[in-house]
Amino acid sequence: MDFVLASLTDGLLLGFVYGVAAMGMTLIWGVMDVINLSHGPVIALGMFGVYLLAAALGLHPYLAVIVVAALGLLLGIVIYAIAVHRVIDAPHLSTLLATYAINMVIIGLGTAYFTTSPRNIEFTLGTSSIGPITLLWTRVVAALAALLATGGLYLFLQRTRPGRYIRAVANNRSAAELMGVPSTKILALSFGIGTLLAAFSGGLISTFFPFTILSGGVYELKSFVIVVLGGLGNPVGALFGGLILGVLEGLIPVMMPTTWVPVVEFVLFVVILRLRPSGLFGAKQ
Amino acid sequence: MKRKVYLMILLLLAAMLALAACKPAPAAEEAAPAEEQAPAEEMPAAAEEVTLTIGFTASQTGKYETSSGRQVRGFNLWMQQINDAGGITLSDGTVVKFAAVSYDDESNKDRVQELYTRLATEDNADLLISPYSSGLTAAAAVIAEQYGKVMLTTGAASDATYKQGYTQVFQIYTPASRYLAGAVDLLKATDSAVSKVAFVYENSKFSTSVVEAAKAYAEEQGYDVVLFEGYDPETTDFGSFINKIIDSGAEAVLGGGHFQDGSTFARQLYEKEVAIKFLALLVAPPEPDFADLGDAAVGVIGPSQWEPLAAFTPDFGPTGDEFVQSYTAAYDEEPSYHSAGGYAAGLVLEKAIRDADSTDPEKIKAALDAMDLTLFFGKIKFDTTAEAHGLQIGHSMVYIQWQKDADGNLAKQVVWPADGATAEVLYPLH
Repeated sequence: MDFVLASLTDGLLLGFVYGVAAMGMTLIWGVMDVINLSHGPVIALGMFGVYLLAAALGLHPYLAVIVVAALGLLLGIVIYAIAVHRVIDAPHLSTLLATYAINMVIIGLGTAYFTTSPRNIEFTLGTSSIGPITLLWTRVVAALAALLATGGLYLFLQRTRPGRYIRAVANNRSAAELMGVPSTKILALSFGIGTLLAAFSGGLISTFFPFTILSGGVYELKSFVIVVLGGLGNPVGALFGGLILGVLEGLIPVMMPTTWVPVVEFVLFVVILRLRPSGLFGAKQ
Repeated sequence: MKRKVYLMILLLLAAMLALAACKPAPAAEEAAPAEEQAPAEEMPAAAEEVTLTIGFTASQTGKYETSSGRQVRGFNLWMQQINDAGGITLSDGTVVKFAAVSYDDESNKDRVQELYTRLATEDNADLLISPYSSGLTAAAAVIAEQYGKVMLTTGAASDATYKQGYTQVFQIYTPASRYLAGAVDLLKATDSAVSKVAFVYENSKFSTSVVEAAKAYAEEQGYDVVLFEGYDPETTDFGSFINKIIDSGAEAVLGGGHFQDGSTFARQLYEKEVAIKFLALLVAPPEPDFADLGDAAVGVIGPSQWEPLAAFTPDFGPTGDEFVQSYTAAYDEEPSYHSAGGYAAGLVLEKAIRDADSTDPEKIKAALDAMDLTLFFGKIKFDTTAEAHGLQIGHSMVYIQWQKDADGNLAKQVVWPADGATAEVLYPLH
């Protein structure tokens, strides 16, 4: 029982961070109908951004995470302008290839510059024990930051004018344009926010796991599963999807070898796609 | 909008060019080609100078970068020293010098096969040195055998490669099957009350062969193996394994794999304050960089192929102290056993050429088969039976542990075997 509790806690804490990573993907997918294959490399860039800011400039890692998130927003807008805008109305394959090209550019430059050698940020906040559970505070802070990000995104989408514009464009772009919504700017902003969330999650992960320029790929794959679990274009659903995945990752090793975790995750992915394609929490409204 | 997009594209291109300018040295680090190189098979005329091309790949990128880098630096040091000393003079007056051709294998098995084929065919390497790690070496060994090139393997301990019927491959390291046996002996000698042992290891060729042999040995010694589970080589989160270790009630943990996963595993065990008494991991602890873990490194034990403290009396080549001094002077870093392994591979090659008194690969191979010598690295002798040709049967391991000295600085100490120990083992771990 102690084992289950400890595993469950570890899984839940990680699940929050998975959720934020997936929120970035689901926002872009839901609003723009674009499957962003540059999502993983941007997560890795978030990791390296924090690493460079913390190691080279001596910035506190959490301050670095905030800076990296802001840079992520700008990077997203640039990626949108360069690669996505021209093909936004083209068939899906075009946007898929465009974001895959960005993926290859980032991976190529990252490999040339950083190599694929693992990096590590020497940072700890200590631990606390509650019964059988040992809490690592870096993971607790990451989970809280993920919750804040989710709340912030929710408020932004519900309470602000740009947020309402994003929802309007997601629902019906043509109608939104007829109402005077500057759809190009809103699409660029949506892509920017999606990228911001990816970089933010990468930055949080870098505070407790080692990483390479290729590390984002794992979280991109997890994001696909989460997006399908939580419902396409549903940011809050993505957070719950992340939590479900985290819990699974905590519980599966209780019953079988840990190497089975990705197998179970992707079986679940196929099952959800087959039985409930709109996700457990429903697709975008 | 168009103008803005063009501006952004220009900015991106400028950024790419700037990054490209900062790019590290090219992957293919080729030494100057052998000038008018004579074919190795033909004995040159008296006083002729022959340059033998030695081919190998280095993991300049990827997860083996740290260990491979040191291995290559060790080998390059030997090559620089022998060339600076005027090469090897054979009895007919021929002077043998060496040139290296090397590529970045990216720690990738597919790249290794492609590059060793290139070394054997396009670069016409006369002799080969293995890449780092058992997995990559197994891939390179196939090519060496296929093209009939003598290959000295260093940084590769798996037994399996030498049980394929190969005749061209010779191992410098103690084989994996004997890697962790000493750690089990150390545990038994330190605390006979410990009964539960967990093995958590990387799912790689090398680590699996080490832990399978160690598990059999531990069971033979009466230990209850309560957990035996492998992890993916790219694992960064050991949470589930750590929870299993706690749940299993294991008092000692053995396993690991290579540097990155091993150091991450040790760090996470420390962070989670797991109450184990004994931790012995492969490869990572003997690396000087392991000290970067700080307090998480204290008490961690690792089998090492060689340590500067080890005082072998060599009957060929430099003493341990001489090697440490020349390596430190050349690279401004402390040598690890990977560095020593690379240098030792060069020494073994040199001794084989001297014993063969020839550059003929067949004669070099015969000299390797007959070799029985002690280097600063330890004893070197190869199995010559058909079942395990080339397997190292002379060399043995030492076990180090990170301890704090009187000033609180981390330092490696040899804790096993007892007759070579430089300090008492720090026990229990935390």
